[in-house]
Amino acid sequence: MVIKVISVIAYLVLAPIVGCILAGLDRKVSAKMQRRVGPPILQPYYDVRKLFEKEKMAPTRYQDFYIIAYLVFLIGAGAIFFAGGDLLLVIFTETIGAAFLVIAAYSSNSPYAEVGAERELLQMMAYEPMMLLTAVGFYMFHGSFTVDDLVKPDTMAFLPMIGLFIGFIYILTIKFRKSPFDLSMSHHAHQELVRGVTTEFVGRTMGWIEVSHWYENIFLLGFIFLFFCNGTVWGCVIGALVCIAAYFLEVFIDNSFARMKWQFAFKSAWIVAIVLGMVNIFILQLVF
Amino acid sequence: MAYVTKSPWVVHYDGSSCNGCDIEVLACLMPMYDVERFGIINTGNPKHADVFLVTGSVNEQNKDVVRQIYEQMPEPKVVVAVGICACHGGVFRDAYNILGGVDTVIPVDCYVPGCAARPEAIIDGVVKGLGILQAKREAMVNGAKAIPAEEEAPAEEAPAEEAAAPAEETAEEIKEEGGEA
Repeated sequence: MVIKVISVIAYLVLAPIVGCILAGLDRKVSAKMQRRVGPPILQPYYDVRKLFEKEKMAPTRYQDFYIIAYLVFLIGAGAIFFAGGDLLLVIFTETIGAAFLVIAAYSSNSPYAEVGAERELLQMMAYEPMMLLTAVGFYMFHGSFTVDDLVKPDTMAFLPMIGLFIGFIYILTIKFRKSPFDLSMSHHAHQELVRGVTTEFVGRTMGWIEVSHWYENIFLLGFIFLFFCNGTVWGCVIGALVCIAAYFLEVFIDNSFARMKWQFAFKSAWIVAIVLGMVNIFILQLVF
Repeated sequence: MAYVTKSPWVVHYDGSSCNGCDIEVLACLMPMYDVERFGIINTGNPKHADVFLVTGSVNEQNKDVVRQIYEQMPEPKVVVAVGICACHGGVFRDAYNILGGVDTVIPVDCYVPGCAARPEAIIDGVVKGLGILQAKREAMVNGAKAIPAEEEAPAEEAPAEEAAAPAEETAEEIKEEGGEA
């Protein structure tokens, strides 16, 4: 119990710090790939601090409520994950959080934000099956949905679940809002739909969105970590290294591909979920 | 130090520019000058922007657009007029549809002369704007009224020939800033 409380508190405190540094490294590495010097590593922190210094300005006063709900549900999803809770509950809580972001975008009544919100919904439809299949795969292999059981199994789930792993990396591009699939909101300014779902969020509200991205990125990387847990220290080390590698693979993908239409994002995510995910689950069913 | 000077996000609007200054503004973002190393991002969204870069003079058709972009930006904000057309109308000043510089419509904090303004001069203008941004932020915190733009503005409405002059000193400033970053 004490360990659970400590790990949740560690998540609440460390996730934004690590998420911020990862976001800073993301921008630095992207800049290096474009042969630029790039901003300082702490630039995302400066950005958020600046956003909190700005004047309050909102088309509707309810949008702050929705954004805070988005943040709270994402933190909640991460907290359940790091407390060793149910993997399905983590996914559903995270989905509710994402839905609040969509509602917030709709509430602003801006055409850019509304188109962004519609695309966000399509993206949710695209990645949701694969996320659920990943959880199902863990259940098939380890016989439990509980993160507590998934972090101390006897065998590493990576090789038997490699199809699900690749599928999860695929949808991670959507979740991280990286380039081929950053339809609803691009991290790079001045591109798609002005700023997509976040077009109307000013100052503090926008700052909260950035902070929730940090939280979200960390517990999504936690999913990748679960593939490598085998109860030993080495499993944890490999898991952590693969998490970092996966993050920078997404940065690499971000810088190498042009943005696709939502039809492609949707179809390809489902094809990956059906081909890699389902086939992998059939194999798990037959072999294990 | 206010964080607003560490991550000034820019919104760029092309008034009735000949595109010369626009290309120089974009040149600032390219790997050669890479203003992102100071945290400067070119957002297309006035609601996220701190610095409003206007190129080209203001005419009857775009005065409302300029005013609306300015009003959509949350405080603290600064306006930088880039190029002689944005400063005072330039060669188009006497045209029947031209109102003049950007300051005929919205308060301008910083003027960057040149035709076209050199990237170094634009960066210098934005860096000067950051000082004003900081002062405005402090005024916001202290609850005082923001300093009127006219008093703070360097108001260097220099002719286009002098555009190369600030470039010399800015090169050093850029180096210094780059070292910090």
